Amino acid sequence: MAKGVDKQITLESASAYFRNGMSLMVGGFGGVGAPPTLVNLILEKNINDIFLISNDTGFPWIGPGKLITEKRVKKLIASHIGSNPEAGKQMQEGSLEVQFVPQGTLAEKIRAGGMGLGGILVDVGLGTVVEVNKEKVSVNNKEYMIEPALIADVSIVYAKKADRYGNLIYDKSARNTNPLVATAGQITIAEVEEIVPVGSLDPEEIVTPGVFIDYIIQSKGVDWKWVWELKQGTGSQEGQPSK
Amino acid sequence: MGLGIETRHRIARRAALEISYGMIVNLGIGIPTLVADYIENDLHIMLHTENGILGMGGSPEAGSEDGNLSNAGGYPVSIHPGASYFDSATAFGIIRKGLLDVTILGALEVSERGDIANWIVPGKRVPGMGGAIDLAQKAKKVIILMNHTDKYGNPKIVRNCSLPLTVKEGADMIITEKAVFHCEDGKLVLREIMSPYTLEDVIQTTGASIVVDEHISVFQ
Repeated sequence: MAKGVDKQITLESASAYFRNGMSLMVGGFGGVGAPPTLVNLILEKNINDIFLISNDTGFPWIGPGKLITEKRVKKLIASHIGSNPEAGKQMQEGSLEVQFVPQGTLAEKIRAGGMGLGGILVDVGLGTVVEVNKEKVSVNNKEYMIEPALIADVSIVYAKKADRYGNLIYDKSARNTNPLVATAGQITIAEVEEIVPVGSLDPEEIVTPGVFIDYIIQSKGVDWKWVWELKQGTGSQEGQPSK
Repeated sequence: MGLGIETRHRIARRAALEISYGMIVNLGIGIPTLVADYIENDLHIMLHTENGILGMGGSPEAGSEDGNLSNAGGYPVSIHPGASYFDSATAFGIIRKGLLDVTILGALEVSERGDIANWIVPGKRVPGMGGAIDLAQKAKKVIILMNHTDKYGNPKIVRNCSLPLTVKEGADMIITEKAVFHCEDGKLVLREIMSPYTLEDVIQTTGASIVVDEHISVFQ
């Protein structure tokens, strides 16, 4: 069924797409560029047993890190969890299954999923634990690992601006993994700061074509600015914000 | 970290000498970040960051930070003329294709053949490799900045790494508070001693075989 040209929905309608046990891909890098309104919605709707795919686990109270802190995630694929001690703790306790993937390989596995490919050939990590249990292939006399593509039941991303068709424009380094994650969901929901009418964006400046986007919701505002405000201040580096 | 701020800056200042005109450079967290302070503006270096900037500048003035403009560690940065933004796949395409001239990283252990271990202490510290493997394997030149010994005084430059590797034979240079080593043809060549340490200090606290360059010098 055609999705139509007006993809803006309410937050309440968006909640229908989140289910217990879903695989969920979240855009963002260190929490910056992660969609806070949608992450909060998942928390409010008591979604559990999530299989999370994300570049990292942000900070305990920023980005997808919140889902970990609230124990909503049972399995995780990420490149890094170092800025979220709660993720490390749950992994050591055995309540969170973690699979680490080198950052560039993870980005490319997601991109491959979004671009309809079966996987990628990559040599990053040969000679390290990364190659354990990996299928290998020789192409042009060079050895590569076969890394299967990644897709998710639901992808959530953050964009600075969108038209109602879901054409997305990002902002500076808050772009990061969002354009990749946006393409790799069976359903992709974009949280957008500024939603404009169809036709008011220059087609040349659109980064993610709206065809990849199923729904857009209005952001309630981003919360990652204080990642570094907290770290620069005298307060806890990892704690919940006091404001 | 164990090293005083002055020592950390001396290591960074030495590392900056490896950066020349027009290079594409990625700096890791910790001491490597300090290297940016010692790169002259007229070298027109393009700093690369994994979250998608080429042409990153220093910290903005307090009050003018932009929440959507940060380095890979999440700290606010600025940009230089000619900078570009791109997604993470492109950021790592730049790395994988070999377009980075230099990456400067920290490490837990480096072997005499240049094997690097810097992402995991099994059972103790398991943060994930992030972009370390991509960077260490694919940059044209890999410079390791680290303490010469760990907090117990054990050598971090060793015959064989005991920790899981980030990359095999990936390091080109090691700069510590005591010395500057070059990894050449599977050998560790000692070229500089950092003042005020002595050759004896360096040999005693290095857990690997060293070739001492006949033109060894002292870095102040």
